[in-house]
Amino acid sequence: MSGTPLLSLAIWVPILAGLVVLATGSDRNAPLARMLSLLGAVAGLLVTIPLYTGFDVHTPAMQFVELRSWIPRFNVNYHLGVDGISMPFVILNSFITVTVVLAGWQVIESKVAQYNAGFLIMSGLMNGIFSALDGVLFYVFFEASLIPLYLIIGVWGGPNRVYAAFKFFLFTLFGSLLFLIALLYLFLASGGSFSILDWHQMPLALNAQVWLFLAFLIAFAVKVPMWPVHTWLPDAHVEAPTGGSIVLAAIALKLGAYGFLRFSLPITPDASHELAGLVIALSLIAIIYIGFVALVQDDMKKLVAYSSIAHMGFVTLGFFIFSAMGIEGALVQMISHGFVSGAMFFSIGVMYDRAHSRQIADYGGVVNTMPKFAAFFMLFAMANAGLPATSGFVGEFMVILASVKHNFWIAFAAATTMIVGAAYTLWMYKRVVFGAVANHHVAELTDINAREFLIFVLFAIGALGMGLYPQPFTEVMHSSVNELLHHVALSKIQ
Amino acid sequence: MTLAEMQFLTPDLRPASAEIFILLMACVILILDLFVRDRKRTLTFVLTQLSLVGTAVVTFAVSTGEITYTFSNMFVGDLMGDLLKLLLYLTVIVVLFYSRGYILEREQMLRGEYYALALFATLGMMVMISANHLVTVYAGLELLSLSLYAMVAMNRDSVPATEAAMKYFVLGALASGVLLYGMSMIYGATGTLEITAIAERLYLGQADKGVLVFGLVFVVSGIAFKLGVVPFHMWIPDVYHGAPTAVTLFIATAPKLAAFAMMVRLLINGLIVLAKDWQDMLILLAVLSMAVGNIAAIAQTNLKRMLAYSAISHMGFMLLGVVTGVVGGDARFALNAYSSAMFYVITYVLTSAGAFGMILLLARGGLESDELDDFKGLNRRNPWLAGLMMMMMFSMAGIPFFVGFFAKFSVLQAVVAAGQLWLAIVAVAFSLIGCFYYLRVVKLMYFDPPATTSPVEAPLDMKLLLSANGLAIALLGVFPQALMSLCAFSLLRSL
Repeated sequence: MSGTPLLSLAIWVPILAGLVVLATGSDRNAPLARMLSLLGAVAGLLVTIPLYTGFDVHTPAMQFVELRSWIPRFNVNYHLGVDGISMPFVILNSFITVTVVLAGWQVIESKVAQYNAGFLIMSGLMNGIFSALDGVLFYVFFEASLIPLYLIIGVWGGPNRVYAAFKFFLFTLFGSLLFLIALLYLFLASGGSFSILDWHQMPLALNAQVWLFLAFLIAFAVKVPMWPVHTWLPDAHVEAPTGGSIVLAAIALKLGAYGFLRFSLPITPDASHELAGLVIALSLIAIIYIGFVALVQDDMKKLVAYSSIAHMGFVTLGFFIFSAMGIEGALVQMISHGFVSGAMFFSIGVMYDRAHSRQIADYGGVVNTMPKFAAFFMLFAMANAGLPATSGFVGEFMVILASVKHNFWIAFAAATTMIVGAAYTLWMYKRVVFGAVANHHVAELTDINAREFLIFVLFAIGALGMGLYPQPFTEVMHSSVNELLHHVALSKIQ
Repeated sequence: MTLAEMQFLTPDLRPASAEIFILLMACVILILDLFVRDRKRTLTFVLTQLSLVGTAVVTFAVSTGEITYTFSNMFVGDLMGDLLKLLLYLTVIVVLFYSRGYILEREQMLRGEYYALALFATLGMMVMISANHLVTVYAGLELLSLSLYAMVAMNRDSVPATEAAMKYFVLGALASGVLLYGMSMIYGATGTLEITAIAERLYLGQADKGVLVFGLVFVVSGIAFKLGVVPFHMWIPDVYHGAPTAVTLFIATAPKLAAFAMMVRLLINGLIVLAKDWQDMLILLAVLSMAVGNIAAIAQTNLKRMLAYSAISHMGFMLLGVVTGVVGGDARFALNAYSSAMFYVITYVLTSAGAFGMILLLARGGLESDELDDFKGLNRRNPWLAGLMMMMMFSMAGIPFFVGFFAKFSVLQAVVAAGQLWLAIVAVAFSLIGCFYYLRVVKLMYFDPPATTSPVEAPLDMKLLLSANGLAIALLGVFPQALMSLCAFSLLRSL
């Protein structure tokens, strides 16, 4: 298998499948479009499996590397490769795409081909982001992935979708344009290389590092999103169709966090140490303040959106305490959040498809009419609150443990999320699911069908599997994370 | 001087044979058209297109790749000129194809003169591209401008078109005067009109700097008018908006190539010694253009007018590549910077042709379709066309994988290489603002319900050509290397 360009396949199989689906055209061919999309998504997932089975856990080096000249005029290369940090996300992304195609199966009835094609193309682009080792290639995928999500929110979204789509696009573009200038600066400073790995080794003065770090920070903070540039996310989530919310929460948010590990920490290590306090402060604000904001939401999707921001605060906190446990915990948290938030948004989608409301007040006593659904929803609510034995616990626990070593008060502040997170998630769960049947809409609810059951099972395997046996996930990260930390500890100032 | 003493040397006609060919063909078509009885003027149309193809063949055949001067050094043939000319013919061919349906529905434009004027305008642009003498530049420019004035006014019962023609003529004449005045100053300072000789004398320091810079201001103003950058942009929105869309398409595409060539000839070939002075002026113009163009475009409700302001901002962005060639007297980055500007202008012309082509395609039954609202719900009426238009809009906004991204990328790269980070930040800030109105077009096509459900009817050949245009934007966005190095190579061999 060594000669197979696996990463190229992971990128281009979904994109080509998307174009084929697009060619099926009008909604008369909707069943065909759905079948083809599922086929494409499953094929996209299958080609990523060898990335895990063939992965060498003992080396921090890039694996499955592909290097071809792309634009020799600017020394831009089609340079792909994954290490223990990025590989899990390629698989997670391909997995989420399958669930998204399934999630839209009966729900999306207009422009089915375009809807599914959008997700497939986006899946390929996201895989490109996670596996790009060339700055321009990374940037190109990073920005191109805005287009499908913009269209998905705008075409299939809720009443306020136009505002949400514009806000999403312009916010993220704002961040990435400064990032582009940073890339061009690095190109110049490195004497004409766009290779991210070259940049990792390149000495840089502290002053330049600080500016670069800030440019990276703006780009990635918008994407994560960190407080105070998070305001686009609740809007985007509320208006996006269920599939859009799943991808947004499970994958798109991870891009920013991944950017910190690929760019900020290794390229500007001294500035990272210098400005770690800033990032930690922003992370704690996200964890605590946004947690309380989530508590008062009336809209379930908004609530989960704010809870996502709080959870991502954990991720950035874990990165900037510079310990193996912290970074691995953050990575586990990212993957876990992919499963759990995806499942939470799917749960809300299931209810919305039936009762056409996301307001907590419109529900009550759902367990009486949808017992199977309530059981699954319970599991994911618990995982979202960070209950032990679910994946949500592992990451948060590791990050808190690592921050205790770093500074007790930071850990103390972060640990409050255990309470607040449980409060907003379980309180919402209680109001929606328990109690007497609230109104005739709830009384008319029908329990989940086989398709929805399948999706829930897929998410549950992820969330429980990671919670009970996280070793396969952490194992692949070890050497890459250690190498990264080793690298970050070295000063680049000469 | 006696007759025997007068030596008459036949100039070498080879470098100018394409110009001679197209001139002959334009005259032939003008005469032949008198005998065409067919209301549709198919013969004239076909002949015009064949002449352009023939001119391309001639240009290709006589191109040596060397710099050759002729007509007592008034005319130069070089690789940059040949490349721009070939792209020019291609643009004009595409433009005439796009315009065909539009013209057929308008009695007054359905004349042989339309095609003859298009050919004369093309000739004017070719002369501008190959000029090595201030008078040659001026002659080419006037030939282009006069043809365009007439083309704008051709639909003579249309009030907006007549008004646009009038404005264009008055302002254009003023700009020509300004340019001529600047040229006369330069002549006064250097004692020659020959561009290469001007460069030589400036290099040797045989010129009065004060008069020169005074003249330079006027030359830059004249160029800025032709490019349509702030504060010489006033004519652009009115002319783009008022002119018949077919003519707008013409004005918005091919002349940009010629204006770029004129700028290269005058400023880079001729006045490179004064680079510091004209760069400072152009930086100001570039920043103003990006600001005014992008902000004013947001307020437009008419697509032609919006694209006019977008053109202003794009030309401003392109200028960033021109102003970063010489850094503190060091011309190390010149080739990189100028070729990025050339790449920018070529890809802009490609995208602009597609966008105006789309307006033409939607205009049916003698009606215009140039309001933004006419694009509402296009995705439901025709997903393919909506997809093409979306690609063009994203390309103009500079989003990958479309060629507009690499155009912006290469120019920004030149700006950063010149050490002007603040200029790069200003440029991306205004692109972000600009992104909004391109997104709005996508929003109208995709998010809004259509006002009419009638399917889009258009001739197949036009749909095919427009598809090719759109796919070229995507394809060049994935593989920009070939065109980029072509620009760099042709400039390397010409400067």
